[in-house]
Amino acid sequence: MAAEKAEMDALKKECDGLRAQIEAARKAVNDGSMSAAASGVASVGRVQLKLRKTLKGHLAKIYAMHWSADSRQMVSASQDGKLLIWDCFTGNKLVAVPLKSAWVMSVAFAPSGNLVASGGLDNICTVYNIKAASPKTLRELDAHTGYLSCCRFLSDTEILTASGDTTCCLWDLETGKQKVIFTNHIGDCMSLALSPDMNTFISGACDSLAKLWDLREGACKQTFSGHTSDINAISFFQSGNAIITGSDDCQCKMYDLRSDQEVICYQDASLNAGVTSLALSSSGRLIFAGYDDFNCHIWDSLKGEKVGVLSGHDNRVSCTGVPDDGMGVCTGSWDSFLKLWN
Amino acid sequence: MAEAQQQQQQEEGGEKEKEEEQQQSSPVEKTEPDEGAEEPKEIAQTTPSRPLLSTRSMSIVDPDDDTPNMIVYRKIEDIITRIQDETDGVPIRTVKSFMTKIPSVVTGADIVQWLMKNLSIEDPAEAMHIGSLIAAQGYFFPISDHVLTLKDDGTFYRFQAPYFWPSNCWEPENTDYAIYLCKRTMQNKTRLELADYEAENLARLQRAFARKWEFIYMQAEAQVKIDRKKDKIERKILDSQERAFWDVHRPVPGCVNTTEMDIRKCRRMKNPHRVKKSVYGVIEEGTQSQSPIHTPLHHCRKGTKEDVEKEIVFLNTQLDRHCMKMSKVAESLIAYTEQYLEYDPFVTSPEPSNPWTSDDPTFWDLEASKEPSQQRVKKWGFSLEDALKDPAGQELFLKFLESEFSSENLRFWLAVQELKRIPQHEVAQRAQDIWAEFLAEGAPSSINLDSHSYERTSQNLKDPGRYSYEDAQDHIYKLMKSDSYSRFLRSNLYQDLLMARKKPETEQGRRTSLEKFTRSVGKSLTGKRLTGLMQSS
Repeated sequence: MAAEKAEMDALKKECDGLRAQIEAARKAVNDGSMSAAASGVASVGRVQLKLRKTLKGHLAKIYAMHWSADSRQMVSASQDGKLLIWDCFTGNKLVAVPLKSAWVMSVAFAPSGNLVASGGLDNICTVYNIKAASPKTLRELDAHTGYLSCCRFLSDTEILTASGDTTCCLWDLETGKQKVIFTNHIGDCMSLALSPDMNTFISGACDSLAKLWDLREGACKQTFSGHTSDINAISFFQSGNAIITGSDDCQCKMYDLRSDQEVICYQDASLNAGVTSLALSSSGRLIFAGYDDFNCHIWDSLKGEKVGVLSGHDNRVSCTGVPDDGMGVCTGSWDSFLKLWN
Repeated sequence: MAEAQQQQQQEEGGEKEKEEEQQQSSPVEKTEPDEGAEEPKEIAQTTPSRPLLSTRSMSIVDPDDDTPNMIVYRKIEDIITRIQDETDGVPIRTVKSFMTKIPSVVTGADIVQWLMKNLSIEDPAEAMHIGSLIAAQGYFFPISDHVLTLKDDGTFYRFQAPYFWPSNCWEPENTDYAIYLCKRTMQNKTRLELADYEAENLARLQRAFARKWEFIYMQAEAQVKIDRKKDKIERKILDSQERAFWDVHRPVPGCVNTTEMDIRKCRRMKNPHRVKKSVYGVIEEGTQSQSPIHTPLHHCRKGTKEDVEKEIVFLNTQLDRHCMKMSKVAESLIAYTEQYLEYDPFVTSPEPSNPWTSDDPTFWDLEASKEPSQQRVKKWGFSLEDALKDPAGQELFLKFLESEFSSENLRFWLAVQELKRIPQHEVAQRAQDIWAEFLAEGAPSSINLDSHSYERTSQNLKDPGRYSYEDAQDHIYKLMKSDSYSRFLRSNLYQDLLMARKKPETEQGRRTSLEKFTRSVGKSLTGKRLTGLMQSS
């Protein structure tokens, strides 16, 4: 017994030693701050966006939304038990998908535009074919032991899910079976994002860590710490070398994969509300972050300054999204409305 | 001066920040009286973030509590204190109506006016917005409606008792709600009649608590007895405050529910020691507050020796990783955003217009057309990724490679990309097909791989999967990037398209492409040619 304990202690000591070395290596490359480097960059000025459309149709809190790859259609999920697919140019509702379980937390559009997926407290990720005459359930992916917090399609044949059971999972849609289970987080996984080249993905969890995973190897490649509370939102910077996270600790952070550490922190003394969601403009220069204070604040990603705000929702902003063509930003709220701004 | 700053904030186009967070400071500083100047100054030094009040705030929030909700409650409660002040607040009066008196009310219009004057708000709509946010939290309420918003008219409002304030961390149980609805049905008063949704709630609760309904009924009776002892006017006020409390915690269907937590976080309570659950002194034994949405906590895995050993391996890989200098990282991120800034519709207006703004889809039509704009063609020159991402760019690059008799590289790359997307049951066959087409002995579109990648790949194919060709694909991609791509950018095929719609920038255009040419000629002379490419004409 004592020998086992001694062994464990020795191993743990080795871990601590390695961690200290890693920290030292990180410090060694930390030869200047991002905001200092960006001081020479031209300012974007005050970003004042106009509300272009308000999409009304849901009857309860909107929990999630996702743009289609065509940058025109968008799917939203509400706790009124429906998914709505919108043509954002005309403002029309194209398809309504009734859900078995109203407690939905996440929704995704497949790149092909043929499928949408959703899931929530039922622990199941349900995939629907929306090109059929009426929306048809294609698959029910049922293996998670916790709520489904996020899902993203790789293609019409594979989908990634993040769950409150602390794991992320890659599924094969043909068989409906799990292909790879990504385990490493010790808190509920809240959000995930695919890299531009689709070879890796990142996840944010309630253990305040963000992790980078390799889809091919099925393993965690990097871990980023710094937040002091749940990470609710996560996204890749367009170049694929950096990631942005949003947390309940009221901050957003950018981490760079190459320097393996935090690059810049987006925080403001007047912001006392948690970050619920975030999205980047197509150049990556602007970050749109939805907060619990009913607003969506706009940050200059390089200088770390707040450059604008989108006010108008009567309740928490629960989801934010910028389409691939970057024409504008969509915010969804617990007030049951989606708003389009640019 | 502070006033002017306030004005400026409001002029900034239509921004409606949660005003209480911004507007507190200056008006309060102005009203600070001269008497007792010493004390307030000291307070200011220790808690500089809190604005000074001439009267003691009724707020029950600990000034050092810096949890997000508490900060906001404190700000609201400071406003609520001032608005009820006898001299500087709104006129709260008893109104005579028909044969009754309505005690302790103020009109919505009065509240709106007060907010505008005392929080320096110019737009009545903004005042109503803040007022509605405060009402939604239950700090004041319309006496004749369950819906908690502020109207700028003669509607009567009453202020909530501090006992019921949200800063008490109320999480009232369903048993209390049942007692409340029950007791209302016991009294023969029109004003206490249940609304439809309340009657439905009561019916549902009766079914849910069928076995302990007798207990609930008794509690309700006891509450009625207590209430009867109170003075008539006092009862009117207390009844309305109690109703407003329940309007916050059991809102009318369709209304904003300020007490709802994100269901994903429900399991973990923020202030477990401070939560108040019982309104009527009824402690529920055994059952936790439980709705069907609470899932059982999964236990954290205990670290085993294996876990620690895995962690050590992981940490060692981390340590071995090369860390890029922060200055280089910053440089690269800045360079990236700068380059794509002109393609970011939030920063640079797209030509001819942004469809969201102009309601004109021409931009999208042009993007989809076979004739890409000059701006789009320019983007293909940023990186091979950008060229391949655009279907038109991919097409042109393929055409170029065909002219150099090296199109098999791109076709291989595209085939492998497709392999990663097709249904699982087709993967094995397709992997074999790719081998036959590109890598086998005497393959029709033979690609050149170094022996190491070739070995690895043929090994992988013993158990073919989506990622069997990762190594090979990587190798071919790097080859295209360093060799063919730069020649593509200098080729007539690309340059003609790039310069086709150029305005009088042509001189500069030719010069830069000439520079590129001379630089690349140097490169290709030293570069090793792995594929039998013919010279481009």
